[in-house]
Amino acid sequence: MSSLTIYKRELSSYFSQPTAYAIIVIFLIGSLGLTFTFGNFMRIGDASLEWSFFFWHPWIYMLLAPAVGMKLWADEQRTGTIELLGTFPVSTWSAILGKFLAAATVWLVALLLTFPIVITVNYLGDPDNGAIIAGYIGSFLVCCTFLAITMLVSACTRDQVVCLIVSVTVCVMMVLCGYDDFKMAVSKSAPSFVSFLVDLIPFVNIANIQTGIDQTAATIVEGVTSIGVWEHFRSLNRGLFRLQDLVWFGSFIVLCLLGTSAILSSKRA
Amino acid sequence: MIEVENLTKQFGSKHAVEDLSFTVRKGEVLGFLGPNGAGKSTTMRMITGFLPPTAGDAKVCGISVVDRPSEAKTKIGYLPESAPLYNDMTVYGFLKFCASIRGLGGSAKKDAVERAIETCFLENVAKQSIDTLSKGYRHRTCLAQALLHDPEVLILDEPTDGLDPNQKHEVRQLIKRLGEKKAILFSTHILEEVDAACTRAVIVDRGRIVADGTPAELIEQSGTGSLTDLFRRVTTRDTEQAA
Ligand SMILES: Nc1ncnc2c1ncn2[C@@H]1O[C@H](COP(=O)(O)OP(=O)(O)OP(=O)(O)O)[C@@H](O)[C@H]1O
Ligand SMILES: [Mg+2]
Repeated sequence: MSSLTIYKRELSSYFSQPTAYAIIVIFLIGSLGLTFTFGNFMRIGDASLEWSFFFWHPWIYMLLAPAVGMKLWADEQRTGTIELLGTFPVSTWSAILGKFLAAATVWLVALLLTFPIVITVNYLGDPDNGAIIAGYIGSFLVCCTFLAITMLVSACTRDQVVCLIVSVTVCVMMVLCGYDDFKMAVSKSAPSFVSFLVDLIPFVNIANIQTGIDQTAATIVEGVTSIGVWEHFRSLNRGLFRLQDLVWFGSFIVLCLLGTSAILSSKRA
Repeated sequence: MIEVENLTKQFGSKHAVEDLSFTVRKGEVLGFLGPNGAGKSTTMRMITGFLPPTAGDAKVCGISVVDRPSEAKTKIGYLPESAPLYNDMTVYGFLKFCASIRGLGGSAKKDAVERAIETCFLENVAKQSIDTLSKGYRHRTCLAQALLHDPEVLILDEPTDGLDPNQKHEVRQLIKRLGEKKAILFSTHILEEVDAACTRAVIVDRGRIVADGTPAELIEQSGTGSLTDLFRRVTTRDTEQAA
């Protein structure tokens, strides 16, 4: 109930100011522009929109999603309204939920406004609309993941610029990790990096060292890929609903929101 | 109605509030005096449930803010020191938001908002965006927010700060009037307000109570008949502290 009140306030704050409009317009220009230029939408006739359209979304979100989420707690702390919110009879958790959903709604509106491209593919060809819906869901989940990260960062600082810079950096890392070219570069350099570290430690057992290095390097590559969003985004993008992806997105978001709550209460102590 | 029991707050190694105890009964207006940095705002933040106390407890209408914060918060109206507001809203919109978050709805909400606007003389700016308000009007808007749900306990941190002399007078009268049916705790740096609005006053210094009594008692304690003299005698001045 109080979540709903906060949700409404945040949403009207987004749409009573230029923020939401600017973001939505830039997103539409960006995503549709990239589709028709670098995405080669017309030439390759990609009716499922997988490569020409959805492929670009994480790249746009990593820059724009933090711009939507950065004010959520940073502004509240800068202007001191957190003291009002903290003395209203609402739990921190419902405030977090309301704010998060409001930011997500801005993005939902932005995504829905890309509908002309769906009409276009249906007019030009015979696409798998189920796959397109799956693509939209995947795209929205990636966006929500980045918003959750931004929210976590914004709870840490009262400065919106700091929040923007830090969360963009984290989101860029998450997009790059698990992107194929980047993965290749990591797997090439990981073994030499590990052996460099090993050289720094004296008295290690030289006999087993090579297999050790290879294993560690493989673990690093795996770890780096697993925090990336691509693996989970791709399968949805192909129209594949895998439980593990939904669980991954869901638990990542919930974890970030729990972290936000923990940071906010520890700040007051 | 407000019972503060051994309230203590430590920031790192610094004691902002040390073992503070007092009560405010229904029908009482307690003036909270003290030099800058004495711990007045910190105490109020703990009573309102914004800051968790390091030790001790505060009870509002018998409900502990430590154990049952959401319940206690419904009983309190709070005006924070800096009068924070959401700048992107109008005065009317802001008050409506605060009313619905307090659980008011429908016509009750509308009535509450209109009553608060009337009490705080905000009719002229009701439709104005908050970021274009002058300081005094900002302060009054935040005060209106504290009165919306007709709380049993009012906690006001420097309610007359930044108001013009007419409005200072109005707010003092308001506090006096509301004080007949509620328990009010308010902090101030204007000693005349003690006589004008309070039924009792405490002076805190570096987190401890150094004087407590009705205005008449305090004036008697001072010996010279002036509250200022008492205040200067019982509180440490920064110059001494540095020495
Ligand atoms: N978040 C915080 N972290 C560290 N110290 C703090 C914090 N908040 C307050 N303090 C310290 O606690 C002490 C009491 O501050 P408080 O704001 O309660 O004073 P005050 O009595 O309201 O003063 P004023 O009359 O200036 O409003 C001050 O020394 C202040 O520096
Ligand atoms: Mg203060």
